[in-house]
Amino acid sequence: MGIKPVAISVDPPSDSRDLCRKAGYSYTFLSDPNAEVIRRYDLLHKGAGIDGHDIARPAEFLLDSSGTIRWMNLTDDIRVRARPEQMLQAAKAL
Amino acid sequence: MPNDLAANPGAADTSVKRRRNALLWWGFILSLVALGSYVPVFAKYPVTRDVPWANYLLFALALVLLIIGLRRAFTQPNLYRGKIAGPILGFLSLAALAFFCVSIFYFSKHLPVSTQSPKIGQKAPEFALADTNGATVSLVSLLSTPTATSQPAKGVLLVFYRGYW
Repeated sequence: MGIKPVAISVDPPSDSRDLCRKAGYSYTFLSDPNAEVIRRYDLLHKGAGIDGHDIARPAEFLLDSSGTIRWMNLTDDIRVRARPEQMLQAAKAL
Repeated sequence: MPNDLAANPGAADTSVKRRRNALLWWGFILSLVALGSYVPVFAKYPVTRDVPWANYLLFALALVLLIIGLRRAFTQPNLYRGKIAGPILGFLSLAALAFFCVSIFYFSKHLPVSTQSPKIGQKAPEFALADTNGATVSLVSLLSTPTATSQPAKGVLLVFYRGYW
């Protein structure tokens, strides 16, 4: 498809490594432990993590090769994630 | 002995052992299963996650068992126990259902507004973060290096997630 999925959260690289191994994911997982980038994208969910840590609210951004945002999704319910079909539609238009 | 029975007909009933009111306990256990099964089981599949009908069904079944059990306890106290345990278990099960509903409708929707997030048409803010091997990966490098199958990258999908999986 030519699109690189990149997952970002406050989890440290060791946690993501375990997750990838357990779930068999092969795509890029990045660690934002101080939620700096999360804040830059205005996705901070203060105190919502276990132990009251600041974490990200779930969101997806589809960027084209120039880095311009072509599709995004801010879920209004943490349980309802963007279905893959929605993302694929947007990706086909790139 | 026959005189005792003739004088006190009710005495015959006490010789029947009162059964444990199993339905009350099964109903209560099922309500705990209904509450506890969402995250480890049903939340994994969109069809049972977005509207948790499987859990609602389990709760409904639990309440049916509890209602039958309570009826037995109160209308046939000579056969079934549960006049005290019944209402307590019923209350706890309703509390489990209430907690489940609050979680579904309130907690999972209680999200920050994120009005300042980058919008469609804007350039995504630059970043450089550590990957699972500790190497620093920048947005610029993600956009310019080829994909795992050596195609030029048509785009990048950033997926911000809660973490602590």
